[in-house]
Amino acid sequence: MTNDTKHLLSIADLDRDAIEQILNLTESFAEVGERPIPKVPALRGKTIAWLFYEDSTRTRLSFETAAKRLSADTMNFSVSSSSVSKGESLRDTVATIEAMGIDGVVVRHKDAGAPHRISEWVDASVINAGDGWNQHPTQTLLDLHTARTHLGDLDGRRVALVGDIKHSRVARSNVHGFTQMGAEVTLVAPRTLLPADLDDWPVEVTHDLDSVIEESDICYLLRMQLERQEQSYVPTLREFHNEWGLDSRRASKLPPHALIMHPGPMNRGVEIDGSVADLPNAVMAEQVTSGVAVRMAVLFLLLGSGLDLVDEKVAAA
Amino acid sequence: MSRTLALRGGTIIDSTGTRRSDVVVGPDGTVLAVGPGLDADDSLDASGCVVAPGFVDLHVHLREPGREEAEMIESGARGAALGGFTAVLAMPNTTPTVDCAPMVTEVLELGRNTACDVRTSGAITVGRKGKALAPMAEMVRAGVRLFTDDGSGVQDDRLMRTALEYAGSLSHLTGGRPIVLAQHCEVEALSEGGLMHEGRVSSSLGIPGQPAEAEELMVMRDIAMSRLTGGRIHFQHLSTAGSVAMVRAAKAAGLPVTAEATTHHFTLVDGCCASFDPVFKVHPPLRPDADVQAIKQGLADGTIDAIATDHAPHTSHDKDRTFADAPPGMLGLETAFALANTELDLPIEDILALMSWRPAAIAGLDPTHGGPIVVGGAANIVVLDPEMEWVVSGEAMASRSVNTPYEGRKVKGKVRHTILRGQPVVVDGDAQR
Repeated sequence: MTNDTKHLLSIADLDRDAIEQILNLTESFAEVGERPIPKVPALRGKTIAWLFYEDSTRTRLSFETAAKRLSADTMNFSVSSSSVSKGESLRDTVATIEAMGIDGVVVRHKDAGAPHRISEWVDASVINAGDGWNQHPTQTLLDLHTARTHLGDLDGRRVALVGDIKHSRVARSNVHGFTQMGAEVTLVAPRTLLPADLDDWPVEVTHDLDSVIEESDICYLLRMQLERQEQSYVPTLREFHNEWGLDSRRASKLPPHALIMHPGPMNRGVEIDGSVADLPNAVMAEQVTSGVAVRMAVLFLLLGSGLDLVDEKVAAA
Repeated sequence: MSRTLALRGGTIIDSTGTRRSDVVVGPDGTVLAVGPGLDADDSLDASGCVVAPGFVDLHVHLREPGREEAEMIESGARGAALGGFTAVLAMPNTTPTVDCAPMVTEVLELGRNTACDVRTSGAITVGRKGKALAPMAEMVRAGVRLFTDDGSGVQDDRLMRTALEYAGSLSHLTGGRPIVLAQHCEVEALSEGGLMHEGRVSSSLGIPGQPAEAEELMVMRDIAMSRLTGGRIHFQHLSTAGSVAMVRAAKAAGLPVTAEATTHHFTLVDGCCASFDPVFKVHPPLRPDADVQAIKQGLADGTIDAIATDHAPHTSHDKDRTFADAPPGMLGLETAFALANTELDLPIEDILALMSWRPAAIAGLDPTHGGPIVVGGAANIVVLDPEMEWVVSGEAMASRSVNTPYEGRKVKGKVRHTILRGQPVVVDGDAQR
């Protein structure tokens, strides 16, 4: 991400240098979070709108905390999906928000590409907070930050991405992000939960979690939507758990340094055993903590006065 | 209104061949004279141009009645004339559905005195719901020759069989010409939720896809149904290599099937959807290049009989949404000839056959449309400049909507004049009605 980058729509917009730049800035902002008064004036006078077409308590709280720590003003445009299904067009909604004068809009939407469309219509910076099955770039950045904190350089590290890949924006983002940082990603899922065509994906694919568990540096579990059973992607959630869940037997086969990660919210007993989720190398709480600092870095880079001022501003604060 | 009109200096191309000749048409709607050095009360310059039977579009959505904000029959007919079409076949998925004689009569009445000969298809099933046969005989008596539930296919195998057998029993009402059942091939159990072609691009974008097989399974079934019943089936908007191969084999086996392909299915690919702009959302969806090449091959070797537009206007309000939330469909009438002329590596005679006399025969409109340009023949004629280059603009179109996927694209080949029943409805690219 450079000074002229305006939006964060996809992790694929970022090359390795840009990702490292954000992660390095994240370190500085993580330090802000540990201060007695965890607040800097970096975005004072800037206004950020939350445009959440899909419920998301944790992502929204994380962005809000980040914005507050940067002293930005925020506006909330939460829209429940039912009220917009037959109502005004996305473009009309966005025009209304922009007319109030905003510098940034953080978008969560059930449909892939919603932030991309919005970015064509507004002058403000658009930040994708998750769109359909497509992308969730700040999730990927916080995952990379958490992983680097424990494992250092990710070059050559092996990541098993397990579960419902097909319907997962986290999977699509993380495949890009982790491979960009030099890691090797293996998708682990039954065929029914994989995208139709993986020829373009820089990944290995297996249906057998046990075959990769012993060599994994990160076992990354995806949330299994409970309705997937009704839709017959798997016969039962119990069978999914038995074949593709991280239970304590499988967790014990992970190398001692390996991390267990999950984007949340977890379904204990489905993709992960309750006891496994509480193991010391399960770093879900750290992921959440990293989320605030990562989002501070992203908001600052996109809405702040630019990269060259970063050190100065953080230091002055 | 009683003046004669000469088209001077052009080259006539019709189903009988090519010749340098002037044409004089009369107020009675017929061709009065064909030959060199002709004159008349009025004249239009056709030098350097092709003079051909007007185009026939087997597949347009004119939105009236029901969604007049997106298109009206009058505006759609004007766009058709500007695109060189002298006849269009409206799809029945209006609100209400064209599934009975009064609705047929209403659409035909709204089309009267427009810039194009507006015909309508009728629905195969009541309300296009796929449950009960619509009253086909009364619609045939009102003027329908082709039935379709377009927008969806007839899912129920038994009902499709019944429809074919019943339609096959009505040719005594049409002087022996077959009634055509046209199918939008899509097995909904497999396509459900799919917003674009399922493949590399959809997998990468995270847009739910529908596989080519959702179309192909219904093509396969309907070929079997044609074999079972002897019924006359027309495949609408074929979009996959597998569909083309099956239709080719069915024709070789002598089955009474025909097929159309839309301009967008041989000019655009699924990769266009990477912009997330629903101007590229359409059913059946845009396919990968291998399918596009197969469609072009099908058009070249005669497997596909006609180029149709599937002209599907939508308001900006409806398209300024997410890819999932926006309705499918795109404009086509005013760009069809230029795109075929630019993108297909075919002689112009073949393009004219695909756009004029072959679809005219499928719709039962020949020789009024698509017939040879001879003395006494119908004066439904288009004058084309195949070399003229222009840039597509949705705002410049006659349609009430602007959802062209070709905005800004440079194309070659322009409709110069369109003559409907002996009257100029387009002159030098400007609509007269």
